Amino acid sequence: MTAATAAAAAYIVAALLFILSLAGLSKHETSRGGVWFGIVGMALALVATVAVAAQSITAGGLALMAIATVIGATIGLWRARRVAMTAMPELIAMLHSFVGLAAVLVGWDGYFRVEAKGTGQTEVAVSILRIHHAEVFLGVFIGAVTFTGSLVAYGKLSGHVQSRPLTLPGKNVLNLGALAAGVVLTVLFVIHPSLGLLIAVTAVALALGWHLVASIGGGDMPVVVSMLNSYSGWAAAASGFLLNNNLLIVTGALVGSSGAYLSYIMCKAMNRSFIAVIAGGFGVPSSAAAGDEAGEHVEVSADDVARMLESASSVIITPGYGMAVAQAQYPVAELTRLLRALGIEVRFGIHPVAGRLPGHMNVLLAEAKVPYDIVLEMDEINDDFARTSVVLVIGANDTVNPAAIEEPNSPIAGMPVLRVWEAEHVVIFKRSMSTGYAGVANPLFFRDNARMLFGDAKVRVEDILRVLETNLGPNAREAEPTLSR
Amino acid sequence: MIVGVVRESRPGETRVAATPVTVRQLIALGYDVVVESDAGAKASFGDEAYVAAGARIVDVDLAWRSDVVLKVTEPSLVEVDRLAPGGTLIGLLNPALNPALVERLAQRPVTALALDAAPRISRAQSLDALTSLASIAGYRAVVEAAHAFGRFFPGQVTAAGKVSPAKVLVAGAGVAGLAAIGAAVRLGAVVHATDPRPEVADQVRSLGGDFLAVTSADVEVSATGYAKQMSEDYNARAARLYAEQLRDTDIVVTTALIPGKPAPLLITADMVASMRPGSVIVDLAAGQGGNVAGSVAGSAVITDNGVTIIGYTDLPARMPAQASQLYGTNLVNLMRLLTPGKDGRLVLDFDDVVQRSIAVVREGELTWPPPPVAVSAAAPPSPSASQPRPAPAAPRAVAPRLLVGVVAAVALFLLAAFSPPQIIGNITVFVLAVVIGYYVIGHVHHALHTPLMSVTNAISGIIVVGALLQIGHHDATITVLAFVAILLASINIFGGFAVTRRMLRMFSKG
Repeated sequence: MTAATAAAAAYIVAALLFILSLAGLSKHETSRGGVWFGIVGMALALVATVAVAAQSITAGGLALMAIATVIGATIGLWRARRVAMTAMPELIAMLHSFVGLAAVLVGWDGYFRVEAKGTGQTEVAVSILRIHHAEVFLGVFIGAVTFTGSLVAYGKLSGHVQSRPLTLPGKNVLNLGALAAGVVLTVLFVIHPSLGLLIAVTAVALALGWHLVASIGGGDMPVVVSMLNSYSGWAAAASGFLLNNNLLIVTGALVGSSGAYLSYIMCKAMNRSFIAVIAGGFGVPSSAAAGDEAGEHVEVSADDVARMLESASSVIITPGYGMAVAQAQYPVAELTRLLRALGIEVRFGIHPVAGRLPGHMNVLLAEAKVPYDIVLEMDEINDDFARTSVVLVIGANDTVNPAAIEEPNSPIAGMPVLRVWEAEHVVIFKRSMSTGYAGVANPLFFRDNARMLFGDAKVRVEDILRVLETNLGPNAREAEPTLSR
Repeated sequence: MIVGVVRESRPGETRVAATPVTVRQLIALGYDVVVESDAGAKASFGDEAYVAAGARIVDVDLAWRSDVVLKVTEPSLVEVDRLAPGGTLIGLLNPALNPALVERLAQRPVTALALDAAPRISRAQSLDALTSLASIAGYRAVVEAAHAFGRFFPGQVTAAGKVSPAKVLVAGAGVAGLAAIGAAVRLGAVVHATDPRPEVADQVRSLGGDFLAVTSADVEVSATGYAKQMSEDYNARAARLYAEQLRDTDIVVTTALIPGKPAPLLITADMVASMRPGSVIVDLAAGQGGNVAGSVAGSAVITDNGVTIIGYTDLPARMPAQASQLYGTNLVNLMRLLTPGKDGRLVLDFDDVVQRSIAVVREGELTWPPPPVAVSAAAPPSPSASQPRPAPAAPRAVAPRLLVGVVAAVALFLLAAFSPPQIIGNITVFVLAVVIGYYVIGHVHHALHTPLMSVTNAISGIIVVGALLQIGHHDATITVLAFVAILLASINIFGGFAVTRRMLRMFSKG
């Protein structure tokens, strides 16, 4: 056993632990164990790598390693502890950009170690030198696209950048052109490596990443974030090829698959093809559908809703991004506890693209201590609406739009939606009568069994809570010990 | 427009088409409501209650001359002539079995809507009067049976000996059947039920009944949501099942009805004769010919061997207040549909499949029978059956997909074939890892997608390995770049794992 074989063995074990980690996340019961598998795998990989690296580098190099790791760890842990759950999408996008940038840097390092030294280099066998050239470019290209793409996504999610899609003339041509330029530059670089070409390809890829995400509307961000997740994986895998490191390849492929799979789920949930999302243009209001769908909506007060809830036998709450924006998850959770203490069945119906991140609503509800076994997925709950007394639509719009099913010409036609309108009563919490991200009018608001409750979702839910508590007297809260928070 | 609520003229009918509660709702839709005096008397709704709700009390002629006349059962031919020209009659007209009435209606310049012809689609549920009436009938059937049955329903062990529970068989687990099952179970009986549709077994069990399946190849999938006529083979097997069961069954409730056709005969005279004296059979289909040999519509008979066969056809009318309230609500829901402007103006939209289906006569023009509406009872479709559902995205043609697959395979082959051995190893690992990743992640619970992303984020910080191997090799540029890369990747690793753990700690089970 040499240091090299020991490291290789550690990498294999680490790769298996990463697979187990992802497998553990498939269920709530095993998820915490899954994270530990990941942590152990990562620790093993890092120890093995440092042990190998330590044989050939100076003490100064080791010290730099330690300093960089400590700084990174401090920043990472600080951000992880401080971040609000509503800001998870931003954090994830930001983390993606780091992986992208790291991949670019690793690629550049690869260039300086091998290509920059010309024929004098000794690290890579001459037979695969040209492949090394290509790998440098691949890693840098994917990494750079991920980097700027994630930065723009971060900007859009955090509100620093307008979420409206950028529409440059001929944007598809621009994207394809950048891709073609990348290929041409790669060929040139393989034939004759030079720093100028490397700078050029980095610039092209950075521009492509920026433009790609800038031209996608805010409503499609869940797809974009998981797509960038995928890219960050492919970037890591490309680095693995560059360094001939199987652990990087396996991990990159795992992450790449996960992002691709999540993007696929999101796209299916919006009944759109991946290409269509990337090509953008969904955020533009469709003039055809927006105007002609007028009707009369009926407004209710918080008192009315409280009365409705009191006499209900079952309630389903369908939250959307609006709940996160209003930070209404805590009063919503309180309402859930109160109603459940009264013996009313309360469940949540989550559309796959609710929120700005796959599974985002689940995290927010979990944060507010809503038990996860009453938070159901669209397919699990869609047939139950017909047997439900009251549905509360909080901050969701397009995901509950009957036009998706009933109007073949609607821009969202065919998109699977929560069939809330089948319930006896539907209460829609909304700021105004505006359209959702898709810019499509929602005929749900004008249904006979639909009632509008205007205002800030958090304030309105708190109003309902107050009415319920007054009606029920102080005993209601003591009915169940978990009610106190 | 004026809505008139008329008094039911059929002997024994106690219900009324609107209660004070539904009158208020009609007024809210913009209508003026008049009620024939004493219309609700038998259902315990006095005239003064209607007045308090905002209606005017009028005499019979005035009530019938309203723009819209609400009724429960079908009108007599004389009553049809009382309708004002241009008026609209809404009620349970039973057009399929009443050709004479349909013909007479068509001769008048009126519009007639049969609420009982509403299609069984989700959107029309709120105005499906047959359902609300059937559930009352099912409940009442058990109550009538208990009344005629001279024994306890529940089993008991008393000091004076053991009483075994009554055994109830419900034939047909539709709305009425299910209501009967529920009522009988609540009274403490042991309940069995049969139905040709195997998918109702769960509903029977959910009410506490036991489902007896008729084993037959002839499994029913009904397109209209109602039962259909069954094959010879099925009927023979069902008959055997009944013959076996009835010998020790105390109470039988039959609910088998096929719309527009005479009811099927389920229980033969021989079977009735095989039952124990004191047993009770309630035939809910007595009015449509009966499921039971020897049942008499409208009355109870006792056979020679002491079995009581109840053939009351007025079971909903025996609970008039609630039956009226439910039926009245069905009518209000229909009026809502017909009054899109909520302005008291009734508009009939023939493009709406619900409105089309219930229309028997439109302004003197015969529109019966309506085109069929396909509904699958097993899976309620989207509420809109009027427009064809948007065609599912055309299945992608197989040929292009195959082509893409072949091109990808060839590309992979060429890439590997022209690579040096080291790269082939890498490609192998890569391809297998992609496949494993796809399957592992495919099983992740939807609620854990965000933790999945953050953990994959942490894991993709493994790129730090590349930077670690490059740092400190005497080249300042390389070292600086690697330093930055390590720093960034460390943020990912530590931040990613920490935030994932923080999120997972929040998930708690209820």
